[in-house]
Formats: sequence, C-alpha cells, structure tokens
Amino acid sequence: MTENTTRIDPQLTTFEDKITNEQRIEPRDWMPDAFRKTVLRQMSQHAHSEVIGMQPEGNWITRAPTLHRKVILLAKIQDEGGHGLYLYSAAETLGASREEMVQALHDGKAKYASIFNYPSLTWADIGMIGWLVDGAAIVNQVSLQRTSYGPYSRAMIRICKEESFHQRQGYEATMVLARGSAEQKAMAQDSLDRWWWPVLTMFGPHDTDSAHTGQSMKWKLKRESNDVLRQRFIDQTVPQAEFIGLKIPDPDLKWNEERNAYDFGAIDWDEFMQVISGNGPCNRQRLAHHVRAQDEGQWVRDAMHAYELKRQARDAA
Amino acid sequence: MSQQSIPLFEIFIRSKRGLDHRHVGSLHAEDSEQALEYARDVYLRRSEGVSIWVVRSSDITASQEKDVESFLDPMDDKPYRHATHYKLPKEVDNM
Repeated sequence: MTENTTRIDPQLTTFEDKITNEQRIEPRDWMPDAFRKTVLRQMSQHAHSEVIGMQPEGNWITRAPTLHRKVILLAKIQDEGGHGLYLYSAAETLGASREEMVQALHDGKAKYASIFNYPSLTWADIGMIGWLVDGAAIVNQVSLQRTSYGPYSRAMIRICKEESFHQRQGYEATMVLARGSAEQKAMAQDSLDRWWWPVLTMFGPHDTDSAHTGQSMKWKLKRESNDVLRQRFIDQTVPQAEFIGLKIPDPDLKWNEERNAYDFGAIDWDEFMQVISGNGPCNRQRLAHHVRAQDEGQWVRDAMHAYELKRQARDAA
Repeated sequence: MSQQSIPLFEIFIRSKRGLDHRHVGSLHAEDSEQALEYARDVYLRRSEGVSIWVVRSSDITASQEKDVESFLDPMDDKPYRHATHYKLPKEVDNM
C-alpha cells in the first residue's frame, strides 16, 4: 500500500459534504467524473423525452374535435418544446453541446422515455397522455425538484409549475368522453386499457433490478426510488379513474389496508425491454421524424446565420 | 478620467447554492475582474452570497417597456395555459 492510495481526496470530501448537507452542486464546482456523466445522461434523456413527446400529441392537432381543444393541445405541445429547451440548457452547463446531444439521439446512443414509442390512435389518447403520462412525469419531476445538481433542480421547479395544466386538461378531456355517449366512453376505456401498463413502466425497473438507482440515490440525483414513485402514482390515479367510471385494466389491483396502498399485478418487463431497445410500435418512426425535422429545418438556421454575417459586415462598413 | 467613460457592469448574486443568480445592482469597473472584486466589496460584505456574475451593461439587450403591448400582449387571451382554467369536481380537484 502506498501513501497515495490511502490519501483522502480533499475535492471529493468537499463534494460529498455538500451532498450530505443538502447543498446543490453548481456547474463550476468540482464533481467526480461519474457524477458528471450520470447527471448529463439523465438530463439529456429527459430533454429528448420532452421533444420526442411532442410527436404523439402533434399527431392530433389537425384533428382536435373543437377549436378549444386544438388551442389547448397547441399550448401544451409548445410547453413541451420549451421544457426540452430548459433541460438542454441545464445539460449545456456541464459543457455538453446541443449538437452532440442531438447527434447521440440520432445515433441511438441517447435514450428518451420509451412511453413515446406508443402510438396515439384515437382522440381519447390525447386526454390519456395528459392525465396519465404527464401525471406520471409530474410525480417523478416533483421528486426531482430536490435533485442535487442545481441547474437540473431549477429546471424541474420551473417545469412543474408550468406542467400543472397538462394533467388537468388531460383528465378533463377524458372526463368529457367518459361521461359522453357509449361510443365515447368505450373509446376512453380502450385508451386507458392500452396506456395503463406502459405508463407504469415510465418509472423504470423495480428497485431490485435498477442499474443506476443505488448510486444516483447516494448522490441525491434521484430522491426517491422507482417503486416508491410508481406506487405514489398508482395510489393517486386509481381513485381518479373510479370517479369517472373507467376501469383500470389490472385484475390484481386491490386496496391493501395494511400497506395503506394499492396492490397491483405484475408488469410485463419483457415488453418494456423490447420497446427500450428499439422494437416498440413507433421507435423508428419517432427517430426518423426527428431526423427529418432537423434536416428540413437546416435551411432556416443557415439563412439566420447568413443574415447575421451580412448584418455584421454592414455594421463594420 | 470621468466616471462616464468607465464601463458599467450589472451584478448578479447567488445567495445560496441551488438558487438562481439574481440581479442586485450595478457598478463601474475597468474590466470584469475588477468588477468582480468591487461586487464582492459592495454586495457581499455580510456573506450575502456564494457566487457572483458580472456582465457588461452594454452587452445586455433588453425589451422596451413602451413595446410591451405588442411584445407581450398575445399571452393575455390564453387562459387555457393556466391550471385554474380546468374546472374539476372537488373529489378529484387535488391534481
């Protein structure tokens, strides 16, 4: 054993003390490489999810049943784009460039929430995405408001504030269908049947099978475990479904007096793994669309840049 | 040299880790290093913060109060961007 290997790294001690004392880590602080890598991966994945998540909803803009629903949907999708921007910017505080992150997405190296690889087949899916997908995202994001990386935490606080309308509009739209004609109610039920299980996987694998949870919890990047967050979501959502007379498609779902929580059936993790590794219903379509939008928008960025160069030349003359 | 010719800097202080830098005021300095030291002396005499940003005032582009109507007005007729726009029965209102 040499002296070097036993010496305590003072930078690491300072970093760990900050974490222990509920201090946030800020961009210019020293941080272990693994921490930097983990928080970057998480923020870029989160940012990509916001942006890719615009696609299933965008699918219904031109077919929204009323003008009112259409402007709501537009406003919500605009918010998601903004949330992507907040998160990309937070990631950029660690020196990652936007171009690198987008390229990693296109190369399949960076992931996004696999829920967005499911299609939005009916109008009811738009209500269901707001109520369930945003509902689940909010449970996760409320917890992340206390994440240990400062810029990420501040982005989460801002996002949660803006996102409160997303879930409410989704539930309200679902409620209208559930209280409408028999066909409308059936459409809402069919949508719930298709989204319920995939939504439960949004929280990630069970704690016992989660590769990143342990270290992320130690660093306080993650404040509560996947299973805790999933249970919270289920407990708050079941009464909301019952209230509008929709049935959660889980025969094992039952209130457990002892646990003061709902017991629920087994999640199909094989399907989750299939979707996350690229074989979900819409993976290829989502990525291809993003690549196409990026390519087709290139002339706008080129034009903006050419104009700026021209303006500078004019100012210099 | 008159005070006028010394550049003006805007000063932002992060009062505590985890919070945003907030604008606290401005001061004159020859360069940004000096502005940092002045800001420390002027705004952090009582440990009011853990981090300072200084930005040349001339580098800030600001919206104009007189343009506020045409610049920000379009937001006023979009109440559906607010959670309160969606009326839910009280049993499920805690959402």
